[in-house]
Amino acid sequence: MSNHLLLSIAGLTKVFGGLVAVNQISFDIQAGEVVGLLGPNGSGKTTLMNLISGALRPTQGSVTLEGRRLTGLPPHRIAATGVARTFQLVRVLPSLSALENVMVGAVFGPDQVSPGAARTVARSLLERVGLGGREHLHPAEMTYIDQKRIELARALAADPRILLLDEWLAGLNPTELQTGIELIRSLQAEGRTVLMVEHVMDAIRSLCDRCVVMSAGSKLAEGTPAEVLANPDVIRAYLGDDHA
Amino acid sequence: MNTREILIMAASGLLLAGLACLPLADEGFWLTLGISLAGYVAMSTAWALFSGPTSYVSLATAAFFGTGAYVVVNLGETAPWPAVLVVAAVCGALLALLAGMATLRLSGVHFVIFTFGLAELIRQLVTWYQTNIGGAVGQYVFVDISSAQIYWQLLALCGLVFLAGWAINRSRLGLALRVIGDDETVAAHSGINTARVKLLLFCISGAFIAVVGAVLAPRWTYIEPSIAFNSMISFQVVIMALLGGSRRLWGPLVGVIPFTVLYELISGHFPNHTHLLLGTAFLLIVYFLPQGVAGRIEQLRLRRTHRETHAARSPATLGETAR
Repeated sequence: MSNHLLLSIAGLTKVFGGLVAVNQISFDIQAGEVVGLLGPNGSGKTTLMNLISGALRPTQGSVTLEGRRLTGLPPHRIAATGVARTFQLVRVLPSLSALENVMVGAVFGPDQVSPGAARTVARSLLERVGLGGREHLHPAEMTYIDQKRIELARALAADPRILLLDEWLAGLNPTELQTGIELIRSLQAEGRTVLMVEHVMDAIRSLCDRCVVMSAGSKLAEGTPAEVLANPDVIRAYLGDDHA
Repeated sequence: MNTREILIMAASGLLLAGLACLPLADEGFWLTLGISLAGYVAMSTAWALFSGPTSYVSLATAAFFGTGAYVVVNLGETAPWPAVLVVAAVCGALLALLAGMATLRLSGVHFVIFTFGLAELIRQLVTWYQTNIGGAVGQYVFVDISSAQIYWQLLALCGLVFLAGWAINRSRLGLALRVIGDDETVAAHSGINTARVKLLLFCISGAFIAVVGAVLAPRWTYIEPSIAFNSMISFQVVIMALLGGSRRLWGPLVGVIPFTVLYELISGHFPNHTHLLLGTAFLLIVYFLPQGVAGRIEQLRLRRTHRETHAARSPATLGETAR
């Protein structure tokens, strides 16, 4: 793995009224790393993702991508720097076919690919996520996992510098989960940088180079999956004092 | 361009040329109906350019229309006619730009109310100006243009609106609009500058509607704010576009023709109950054809191809669902 600092999060804080949803979070992501973002429900993981992608503006702190400050930029400008994401509750475009859904990522992504070329990109990505031959179906005619595949392909079509996956593996059955893990592993193999919010422990153990654990908005631990999962603080946050 | 598109273009050109012959046959009722139809086709289609894909229901049509008409009131007798039309288009676009910057952040019903208020506000402003500074509320327009010329201009404008819509649909802008209409969050996160795209389309739409107002202004001879900024125009355009279906370029066209004819019939036969019957018609349309005529046709077509493909590969599909 090349040691090249890609994304840097420093002192990131988000306050909603009296609630501190994200509290002084700092960590770095090197290029080519797959980093897991863990934590119990409500610990602020999705809020952190939203702060990085620009869906929310941070109250304090900064996000930097290769030295470029992203903090405070609107989402479309952040997308243009090479940040692509999927959403916790899958968001596909219902009036567009699967192919068009994926084209969107390439056409409006950092490279502003022409529609003709985007079609080719989209076709090969649909093939890759396992939707080959179903390009012309609309999302409504597809299962949940297939919609998730479309969403991943759309994010990949932007050829992002960093991919944010918000519980992309949630809600899959065991077979689908294996396929999903393989898919992310293949992204890792081609050198993509991924930040993934995930609850599925098998996936975290087998995919993540490093994990950041959040609890009640703050960073609780950081390290390899084995390290953080053995950390008493982490166990306490998930399971309570009795198990620590 | 593929062969199908070339054929459609050629057919549309021929159709326009054919329609352009109408004034040669009749200068009375049919020409009046033709002007009415062409004006509403241009306006509804222009309205749907913006409101169709984004689902932002704009009631600002009367504001753009009236602005165009008042450009004629002020410049019609002094400036050459083509320049008047260009000024009308520019004024319409500028108004859309200003209104859009203030409102496109609003969504849903807030946008509807604001655009409705905009038309009323401008009407009040013009009335105030005319009574306090201009001297009289109404003004005469003496521009030497025949009904046939008005009709031809409107037909040409319809052609332009369709051409613009076709070009937009093929472009990145068209795709961006569809994404925005589906999900603005996804649009923004995919790299689309949603505010700019919406603003641009609102300006294009406003410019076309203002030109319709300018072209139709000489029909009245006497113009006052309550005629030029009549909110009925806004409502009728929305009703027609929804009846036809605003998600397809040809959708509004399918709505304008039956509605205009219906309107003629109702206002001719039941002059005292026109609004009541129109309201009822609107309710029925929204209830029975929520996607409009175009949407209904599309639905039926989709269902048919579906049935065919499913019949063709049902064993494979079954296997897939079982998984």
